[in-house]
Amino acid sequence: MAITDTAKAAAANPRATLQDWLPKLVLAPSFALILLFVYGFILFTLALSFTGSKLLPDFSTWVGFNNYVRLFNHPNWIVALKNLAIFSILYIFICSVLGLGLAILLDQKIRGEGVIRPIYLYPMALSFIVTGVAWKWFLDPGIGLENVMHQWGWESFSFRWIKEGKMAIYTIVIAAIWQSSGFVMAMFLAGLRGVDNEVIKAAQIDGASTVTIYRRIIIPLMRPVFLSAFVVLAHLAIKSYDLVVAMTDGGPGTATWTPALFMQKFTFGRNEMGMGASSAIIMMIMIFSIIVPYLYSELGGGKKQ
Amino acid sequence: MLRKLLIGTMLSGAMTAGFAAPSFADEVEVLHWWTSGGEAAALDVLKKKLESQGVTWKDMPVAGGGGEAAMTALRARVTAGDPPTAVQALGFDITDWAKQGVVGDLTDIATKEGWDNVIPAALQQFSKYDGKWIAAPVNVHSTNWIWINKKALDAAGGKAPESWDELVVVLDKMKANGISPIGHGGQAWQDATIFDAVVLSLGTDFYKQSMIDLDPAALNSDKMVEAFDRMSKLREYVDADFSGRDWNLASAMVIEGKAGMQFMGDWAKGEFLKAGQKPGTDFVCIRFPGTQGAVTFNSDQFMMFKVGDAEKKAQDLMASDIESPEFQSAFNVVKGSAPARTDVPDTAFDDCGKKAIADLAEADKGGKLFGSMAHGHANPAAVKNAMYDVITRHFNGDLNSKDAAAALADAVAAAKG
Repeated sequence: MAITDTAKAAAANPRATLQDWLPKLVLAPSFALILLFVYGFILFTLALSFTGSKLLPDFSTWVGFNNYVRLFNHPNWIVALKNLAIFSILYIFICSVLGLGLAILLDQKIRGEGVIRPIYLYPMALSFIVTGVAWKWFLDPGIGLENVMHQWGWESFSFRWIKEGKMAIYTIVIAAIWQSSGFVMAMFLAGLRGVDNEVIKAAQIDGASTVTIYRRIIIPLMRPVFLSAFVVLAHLAIKSYDLVVAMTDGGPGTATWTPALFMQKFTFGRNEMGMGASSAIIMMIMIFSIIVPYLYSELGGGKKQ
Repeated sequence: MLRKLLIGTMLSGAMTAGFAAPSFADEVEVLHWWTSGGEAAALDVLKKKLESQGVTWKDMPVAGGGGEAAMTALRARVTAGDPPTAVQALGFDITDWAKQGVVGDLTDIATKEGWDNVIPAALQQFSKYDGKWIAAPVNVHSTNWIWINKKALDAAGGKAPESWDELVVVLDKMKANGISPIGHGGQAWQDATIFDAVVLSLGTDFYKQSMIDLDPAALNSDKMVEAFDRMSKLREYVDADFSGRDWNLASAMVIEGKAGMQFMGDWAKGEFLKAGQKPGTDFVCIRFPGTQGAVTFNSDQFMMFKVGDAEKKAQDLMASDIESPEFQSAFNVVKGSAPARTDVPDTAFDDCGKKAIADLAEADKGGKLFGSMAHGHANPAAVKNAMYDVITRHFNGDLNSKDAAAALADAVAAAKG
């Protein structure tokens, strides 16, 4: 009903017509660009993943699912998937816990919050490359922490995870957490500030302790923040590339390869564009399987209201 | 915000397009990654020479990743249908590009100047495709070198090792003297550089069968297990912090006497010379024990792309200049490599350079000049990197020698498929 009214009014009034069309007109170029450069190239990559492309895209050789079969038979891809599992579980879990903890502590109306908050948030302003290089030097036994401890007289101190194949992936987790937990803190802090004071006061009157209030009321209210934090962190984990390149470049050996590193190395370093494309598609499926349920729940929630 | 970004991108795109002036007939556009001091100085020799002949040099340097970044840039240019005139390229990359049907043809100038007779056949394998010359080789780096700190060697008996057992004795003595015997950086290509030399030391036929012919029987053989055992042995002489170290830092360890020797291609010599050291008195260059007379090489070449008839003249002139003996000598003295043609006088070279030229000629004559696996001259990139994976995993202790040999054969088979 409302729509037909507007249409009638628009037909009568050219200015209203313009107003009706202007947003669409202005949005059209960016919409077209995104359609082409994001979704168009996703389709391009999908097509590429079924070809035997080596150095350049080559659509004359269709190989079906061969690239995917080779991908999942490749030891480096398996290593990359295992690393992704270790990395994303620890990264998401520790970042959320640490971020929530910091936010709760900051939320105690302490003095100097304005100074402390940006200090925690600051690492997020750095690029992962900077974080990676700094942590690489810090963790390097020859020049970093271990060396300094030795110079201070603690000769038996040893921390050489970054040089050990089995432990190196955990050093990347440490650096990533350092980078992101401040950001998660900011998200939780915003959430905490949004909690209705009346609810807390009511609980206090009912005699609930502070711990109980947090455990039973405030933290459950943070559910949407947890969800947002999870989605942000999960996609950062899946596309983790620059941090790994800066810290270990996949080493020692192939111990810290991640799917994104695999994609880059195969497509551009090894002239295996077909296989690189198939790994990119797998990564995209992983991201979609996180984002789509999230969007669905968000949009679904909107409808209910 | 997004829109601003988009507009910005479009504007900068338009500007780049505007600046990409139509190329003039007497101009060569050269894509390369020789940007560091010594390399840039060496390339400047060619640039000056061309400019004196009235050809404008349009520089397109893309540094990083041993040429990987340059190859990525090249992909974009070729896909857009606007390739540069000449591109620095290595080994199988040249063949891969030739297969795409985008490279030029230098056969006329090559025939006129008789390149076939003066450039080693092993190099021609990469400079030619389908019987046509497509690239002009600039240099030959050999990779089976050992660079030894003279003082450390004197302290360890003073005699340069000539066999595997003698090498182990020297390494043990160096260890006893309290230095790290081998200066090495734990990056896949550096591990593979040592592996190249170790495989070659077990026989030139074995090297050819396993690294070039990719014979599964040779890849998963007792001899290959022995090669991996030797790698494990060498691993014992590397310091604990080696992982991820750049090759020039490993060279610096040898220069400063913290490490005894480095297994590295002849570009390492540049680091020694830059530090003011003299071959023979401060450092010693020898071939990896058991590989004297054979050479594993990699060769920088300028691959020529298809250009219009007007630009062809400048392209031919550039190719001709690259192969002129004066340039070959001037460039390679600075770069530390050996000339790509065997008839260049060695008078301007230092002792290690003279040895490199003599060894190269000997290996070429004896049919013992092989492309280096570690540097993409023995097999294509996919196979090379599959080998890297196994070698570096073994060197880092993830695989034992027997499993490594089996994994090597498997990885090569998978990469070929």
